[in-house]
This record gives sequence, structure tokens and C-alpha cells, in this order.
Amino acid sequence: MQPVNYSRRTVLIGAAALAGILSFAAISGSANAQDEDTLRVVMQADVRIVDPIWTTSYIVRDHGYMIYDTLFAMDANGEIQPQMVDRYTVSEDKLTYTFTLRGGLLWHDNQPVTTADIIPSIKRWAARDALGQTVMTFVTSIEAKDDLTFEIKLKEPTGLLIFALGKPSSNVPFMMPKRIAETDPNTQISEFIGSGPFVFMSDEWRPGDKAVYTKFEGYKPRSEAPSGLTGGKVAKVSRVEWRVIADQQQAVNALLNGEIDIIQQPGADLFPLLKDDPSIKIVDWNPYGYQFNLRFNQAVKPFDNPKIRQAALYALNQEDFLQAAIGNPEYYTVCKAMFVCGTQLETIAGMEDKLESNFAKSKQLLADAGYDGEPVVLLHSTDLPALTNIAPVAKSLLERGGFVVDMQSMDWQTVLSRRVRKEPPSQGGWNAMATYWSSADVLNPVMGAFFNASGDKAAFGWPNDPEMEELRRRFVRADALEEQKGIAEAVQLREAESPTHIVLGQFNLPGATRSNVSGWIPAAAPVFWNIEKGNGGE
Amino acid sequence: MISYILRRLAATIPVMLIVAVLVFLMLRLTPSDPAAIIAGDNATSEQILAIRAKLGLDQPIVTQFFTWLGRVLSGDFGNSFFFKKTVWELVSNRIEPTLSLSALTMVFAIAIAVPLGAIAAYRQGTLIDRVVMGFSVLGFSVPVFVIGYVLVYVFAINLGWFPVQGYQRLASGIGPWLQSLILPAVTLSVIYIALIARMTRTSMLDVLSEDYIRTARAKGQTEAKVLFRHALKNAAVPIVTVVGIGIALLIGGVVVTESVYSIPGLGRLTVDAVLARDFPVIQAIILLFSLVYVLINLIVDLSYTIFDPRIRH
Repeated sequence: MQPVNYSRRTVLIGAAALAGILSFAAISGSANAQDEDTLRVVMQADVRIVDPIWTTSYIVRDHGYMIYDTLFAMDANGEIQPQMVDRYTVSEDKLTYTFTLRGGLLWHDNQPVTTADIIPSIKRWAARDALGQTVMTFVTSIEAKDDLTFEIKLKEPTGLLIFALGKPSSNVPFMMPKRIAETDPNTQISEFIGSGPFVFMSDEWRPGDKAVYTKFEGYKPRSEAPSGLTGGKVAKVSRVEWRVIADQQQAVNALLNGEIDIIQQPGADLFPLLKDDPSIKIVDWNPYGYQFNLRFNQAVKPFDNPKIRQAALYALNQEDFLQAAIGNPEYYTVCKAMFVCGTQLETIAGMEDKLESNFAKSKQLLADAGYDGEPVVLLHSTDLPALTNIAPVAKSLLERGGFVVDMQSMDWQTVLSRRVRKEPPSQGGWNAMATYWSSADVLNPVMGAFFNASGDKAAFGWPNDPEMEELRRRFVRADALEEQKGIAEAVQLREAESPTHIVLGQFNLPGATRSNVSGWIPAAAPVFWNIEKGNGGE
Repeated sequence: MISYILRRLAATIPVMLIVAVLVFLMLRLTPSDPAAIIAGDNATSEQILAIRAKLGLDQPIVTQFFTWLGRVLSGDFGNSFFFKKTVWELVSNRIEPTLSLSALTMVFAIAIAVPLGAIAAYRQGTLIDRVVMGFSVLGFSVPVFVIGYVLVYVFAINLGWFPVQGYQRLASGIGPWLQSLILPAVTLSVIYIALIARMTRTSMLDVLSEDYIRTARAKGQTEAKVLFRHALKNAAVPIVTVVGIGIALLIGGVVVTESVYSIPGLGRLTVDAVLARDFPVIQAIILLFSLVYVLINLIVDLSYTIFDPRIRH
């Protein structure tokens, strides 16, 4: 065999190719080039739908906070404060609310914000949102008095009107220009003009890749310091890009490499990679966090029986779920309060002896209820990291409590499709499933969709409990905090007897930023005003 | 030849129709409801029903199929269930990244694998041969995402030569474009390098023992010329077949690679659409992939005539 002789030309071509590839290493600095005026963020999901009134999806709510403004909003102490509203008065009989908008507010097309825009915006939101629908049953009229003043008249007093207008989570009553707000509430809007601190660049929006927002130069921030979702919303960067990096590990790599500035919510298992790196900061932006729930399908056996649901309440305990799903106690709280620990309506009334894995009591209740050992179909979501371990723990604890459990594994989207089926499990239905809410969605029994016990009109699970519905009606009518606290306690006592769902614990996943990023405001939703980028920390 | 090409193209029509029927039926038979997914957590049953009606999902499957087929035949793939965009808008936006990644992957694969396979055959039984075949086994065995993470760790995080993720469009300049694609293309090409190198070696071993190779050497040709001009051309038909199959299989590979490297291509769109049960997008992508598959097969068949003129007859 003879040696291979390469021609000079072959060698030169090979050398040139190698040099070409290596030259990209030399110019690689551009990959990490920092633009102080652009904030690159990886959110928890991709923006697919862009109408925050039409869907309750959290990522669309967050998109809403970028480009729209609200009449009222929740501050860092959980109080509702005026936002687009300058001032408001309430008549002595508490039936007439008069609101005056701040002057000089503009839409992104530089048209002035007037009451002609606000009224259809309230109506469209109220047509979609459960709390809005409830409040509207109290409203007799909404009328414009002039361009900046409007009036809401009520049939009877309610303490929820201002709270509803400042509702922090889905659906948030975002204000839109009249022509957009008059879109049929069941149809998605197709124009994205708001009056918030950022403008949505719809021509740069590439689903699955990125959504881009630029600073709205015409925005007039309030003079107060930012607090929660209220106060001065000052955009301190000219451009915010929400980049889609589906792989969490790669998002963390990109943050470590300086290719992005913020990860809204890295997975709990990735924190060890971030915590010890000096170029990274961990930011607790969401003081309320999230709440794990186990929802029953009460339209079919066996969870149509309150005693059997109560047996589950005795069989479970929160620590096991939180350990399995979150792991690090720094990021979770055992909290039996259905209206979230650390809030005005926090109470553990009725739950003192529940959620302690009292298997003997669970078995006794099952025997009393005549449970015949029919398997409970438990839906198991396998692809959402926060939920993957919840169903297996529920299965184990429920079985130790005397239940027979048939855990069926599937991806989250199949769970979503399956859970709206009312049929018995043998016909494709279900008995129980786990999910989690932003705690800001369950601050009272009217906001929390799972407390709705109006049967067919309730959320999936379809509980039918006239007593619970009466308590919720009373809550809407209550206009003093002490009265609301009393009713919230009564709701929880009712839940302890006849649960519509079970709270499996609270958790809070902080965000991660590059160390040169500052000003991320703790709030019920991630917001990007007030955030700035320095040139340090790179 | 032209009538052969036309006949082959005409044969794609029933293939595409069968694919369309199968995809449509399979999606409708899966236990999933796009309306429930779109509606979100707080939605009531009425809201879900309203969305279902709006999307036409409350119609009988046969009606849905013929409505969709009618639109597709007139060039309208409909609208995505989720995005306020047409399917064509979404798909066309994703073609460039996938095409770029696929092309660069095949360029790397062919440029590396063919010489490696040829040299391994030429040096059969030596250390070089064993190294090449060892690499080939490794390339087959290691999953794409593992290769991806290792390359990212070494070349992006430690050395900082390349970005961890993302894609720069060709319009932003050839430098950034190539820089964003090198790691993903190398990642994806490993398995094809293994496949093509092995096939090249086998095919070359057959050819190198032929009389005309000995004749070429006797005529004083350099070994490189003998190897790459005489032997390789005659060993090309099976190699081209494998390359063709490789291009078709790339569709699966880009799904993983685009996910690891956050490249907004058709692979990622496929995953997103499947997870979201975005039926119109899934149907369009699968039809597109099927068409590409059929056309690649046709091109491979036609290329045989270039490497082996006997096939023309």
C-alpha cells in the first residue's frame, strides 16, 4: 500500500477552511455583546395568544402588564391603589362611585385616553372574568360624565368593586382603546394598542422565538415610587425582548454566558447552578408565590360524596408534596390557609386536624361513606416540572388512606383536554387532578375559581354546593374587611366539611438575573418597568 | 428522462393524499381538545364550547376534513388555532433556520465522513481504520442532546467561542449566521458522519479491489487521485443513497437539535404545535415534510444516473 499524496491545492483548501472556522472563535465576542438598553428575558412560557381578556393564561397576563395599564392595582402590601385613576369618591349610600382619570394619559397611537375607552374596556373584561361577572350583577350603570370622569352606579353595596378593578391576576381589567375594547368578548383582538409603559412590536413578534416591547415615550408615570403593581411605572430600558428557550438547562447556560439578562422562573433543581455564581443574582419577585391544589371531579362517583372528599383531606399532608415537587424548604411553605398565608384573609379555621396524613381517620370516613373500592382515576401530568411529582405522592398517600387509585400519566395538554370531560372515568373522564395557581388568583372566595360551587356553571370539577354559593354571595355584599374575614373563615370551614379542592401547599420560585440587572419590583406578576442594566457584573 | 420525472412527480399526489388523511384522522382521534387548552384555567364549560365552535371543532370529522382539504388544494393552510397568524406565515418564518441547519449539517457530514470513510478503507486494519470505526460506533450510540450539552459546555460556556443558544438570520450577516449554527450543525452531524463514514468505507473496500484501480495506479496516478477520483466516484451510489436517507432523517434530528439550541425552526414549531394540539399547523408541517421526503427520494434516484451512467438505460 502506498502513502496518500495530497496536492498543494488540497492542503491549502483544507487550511483555509480550518482558518475560516477558527476565525469565528475570534469574533465570538459579539455573541456576548451587551446592550445596556435591551433587556433579554426568558419567561415561563411563550406568548402565543395576545389578548389578556380572552384567555386567563399567565404569560398573556404578563404580556398585558407590559402594554396596558389598569384603573387600579395592588401594591406591595396587598392594598388596592389608584393607577390610571387620579381620584375617586363613593357616595354615602355606597351606591355611586365617581372616578376621575389622570390627565395626559395616551394610547400608543398618541390618542388621549378618555372615558369613552374606559367604559367598553370594563364591559369587555367583565364579560369574560368570573369576578367581573359577579361584580356586574351589582352594577346598574356605567356612564361617562366627561372625558376624564365616569360613574358606576350599584343596585346594592359591595366591597368588591374597587378590588375587582384592581384585580392583580387573570383576567386583569386592562384598559384598551374604544375601537379595540368593543371587540366581541368571545373573539380575540387583532390590534395591540395599550397605554402602558411598553409598546408591543407586533411586526417583530415571532411565536416560538421572541416577543419584543419598546419603551413608550408618551407614557406618563405616576409620581409615587413603584410598589407592587402600582406607583410610577418608569421604563428604564428602551427595549425588552422575551426570548423563548424551551430547555431550562439551556436558559440557565445562556444566563451564565451573558446571552440573556433574566430568567423569570428557573426550575427549582437548577438553583444550585445559579446561587454560587457571582455573576448571577436570585430575585424574589413574587412574594405570594403559587399554591398547589388537588381538584375533585364532583360530577361523578366517588368524589360526589363529601365524606369521601373529606377522607382525602385527612389522608394527605402538604410537606410530602412540597418536598417531592420543590425540594428545598427555602422555596416552599406548609400553609393550610386556602386564601394564602401572609394575606388579609389568612386563616386555618377547620383545617387544624386535616392535612396531617391521618390514615385511620381517612379509612374510617371511607367506611362510613360506603366507599366500595372503585378505583379513583388520578390524572398525572408528566411534562410540567412543578407537577410531575404531585400525582405520584397523591397516589401513595391516598392509597395508604384506603383509596384505590388508578394514576394515568399523560402530558399537560392532554390533562387540560381530559379534565373538561364530565363523563365517568370509564368513558374518558376523571376523578382527581393536580394543578397550581398563582396565589394572587385565590386571595378570596370570589376570585378563586375552584370555590365556585354552582354545578354546571362552575370550573371543571363542577361542585354543586348551595351553601358555599350563599357564602360567596355574602362575601360579595360584604363591604368591610372584618366582615369579609368572617365569611372567608366560614368558607374555609365549609371546605373542611365538603371540599371543592384541597390545598397542597405554597411555593415560591424566585427569578434569576445577571448581577448588573437591578430594580425588579416584587409583585403578583412579573413586571419590567423600573428595571435597569448597568455595565458591571459581566 | 422528463417523462420519468413527471411520472414520479405525479406519483406523489396519492402519497400526499394518504398522508393528509392519516394525519387528519390521527390528530382527531387523540384524546385532546385544543379549545380546552386555549381557554386556560379559569374557563367555564360555556367558554370552551364557544371556542370549539369558533374553531369548527364541533363539526363532524368528515365535514372538517373536506373543509380543510378544499382550502389546502386552493393553497390556504388556514390559521393557527393559537397564534393570530396564518399557518403559512408561521411555517415560512421557520423554513430558513431549519434549511440552514440541515444544509450545514449535511455539508459537515459529507465533508468529514466521506474522506474519513475513504481513508479508513484505504488503511483497512490499521489504527486509523479502528479509530474511524470506533468514532462511528460512538456517533451512533450517543444521543444528540448529550452531544449538544457537551459541546455547549466546552465551546460556549468554558471557551466562549460560540453562543449557547439562538439563531441569527442570514440577513444579519454571514458571520453571525454561521457562528450561531456551527455548534448545532456539528451536534447534528455526528450521527451522519458515523453513518456516511461507515457506508463509504464499506463501499470503497469493494471498489479498491477492482481491476481499474490497479490500472489507474499502473498509469502513474497519485494515490489521492486514485482514491478520490476513481474509487470514490464508483463507490458513490450507495453513499448517495445513505446521504439521501440521512437528509430525510434529518427531520427527526432537527426537532431535538432545535430544541436544545433554541433555534426557531420547523422542528421547534412541530414540537410546539404538537404540545399545543395546533391541528392546522401540525397538518401543514407533516404535509411539507412528506413532500420534502418524496422529493429527496426523487433527487437521489436521479443522481444515480450521474454517478452511474448505466442506470440511464
